[in-house]
Amino acid sequence: MDKQKPLPKSYYEQLEVIQSIDLALVELNLYMDTHPNDLNALKQFNSLTKQSLELKQKFEAQFGPLMHFGRSYSEYPWKWKEAPWPWQV
Amino acid sequence: MWYYEKKLQYPVKVSTCNPKLAKFLMEQYGGADGELAAALRYLNQRYTIPDKVIGLLNDIGTEEFAHLEMIAAMVYKLTKDATPEQLEAAGLGGHYVNHGKDLFYDNARGVPFTAAYIQAKGDPITDLYEDIAAEEKARATYQWLINISDDPFLNESLSFLREREVVHSQRFREAVEILKEERDKKKYF
Amino acid sequence: MPTFRKTYKPYVSPFDPCPPLRVKTYETPAQLYLGFQPENLKQFNLNDALKHGTLWPDLYTPYTNPFETKKS
Repeated sequence: MDKQKPLPKSYYEQLEVIQSIDLALVELNLYMDTHPNDLNALKQFNSLTKQSLELKQKFEAQFGPLMHFGRSYSEYPWKWKEAPWPWQV
Repeated sequence: MWYYEKKLQYPVKVSTCNPKLAKFLMEQYGGADGELAAALRYLNQRYTIPDKVIGLLNDIGTEEFAHLEMIAAMVYKLTKDATPEQLEAAGLGGHYVNHGKDLFYDNARGVPFTAAYIQAKGDPITDLYEDIAAEEKARATYQWLINISDDPFLNESLSFLREREVVHSQRFREAVEILKEERDKKKYF
Repeated sequence: MPTFRKTYKPYVSPFDPCPPLRVKTYETPAQLYLGFQPENLKQFNLNDALKHGTLWPDLYTPYTNPFETKKS
């Protein structure tokens, strides 16, 4: 990705969908830390986990890996270290 | 261990180059009730709190680092292209001389971070009450930041962070109820 | 639904140097009222949850600058 070229609108749009699913996952996670027996919350958590993973794979195919240390696949050459970083966009 | 994910928890947008606001926001970066203090406080307490609530301290402590990164993104964006003159006019002249454009763990008045901001008393109820108080203090700080900021985009991110303090406080209050619970009795009150 | 902002009227002295704010406010957010969160509470849709900072309307406590509402 050319660092100087601004990211397309779809970067921000897809990222925001991922952010909204991941906030729900954080919320359900903290909730289940104090409500471990809520089966509905657990089912919702597992289904959102799947959705989040799928969307991230799609996002990563276009914009590079979201995670390091073996949590995301990388194309050649190594894409992880490429800007922009989250605080730069 | 931890993994980094190359995204912010919530989008950070700022309207104008405003280093004065950056100085105020540093209260939540390196201040007593800021996100760094919160993360370090919970992650340190988790080792010895009863097993039932370790997970909660672990997970809220982890989320706080995502909030620290959001605050850093705000400070970075608000000062990125500011001139030394603009920084000086914003009260960041001393910061610039000491750190250049680097961020630093100072509070809004330029006082560096200290571990003395956080507590670990080894008594689970005491620690959780400290954590509830910390969340309420952070919530109050976000309120004063929203009152003093005239940047509508920034205020959206600050409102998000304030609401997260509300949720964390709720969970810590539930953790107290879990620890109060009599054996074989339901916890609901 | 509880109110999340309370008001009070502080004593006003004829010798107060600043023009007195006759009504002052403080916040009393949702976590003071909810108790141990019941199961199956209504949820925001995920996009609104991100905008509000929480998945549950019962925990959502909006905040606005109280000085601005006084001006308008």
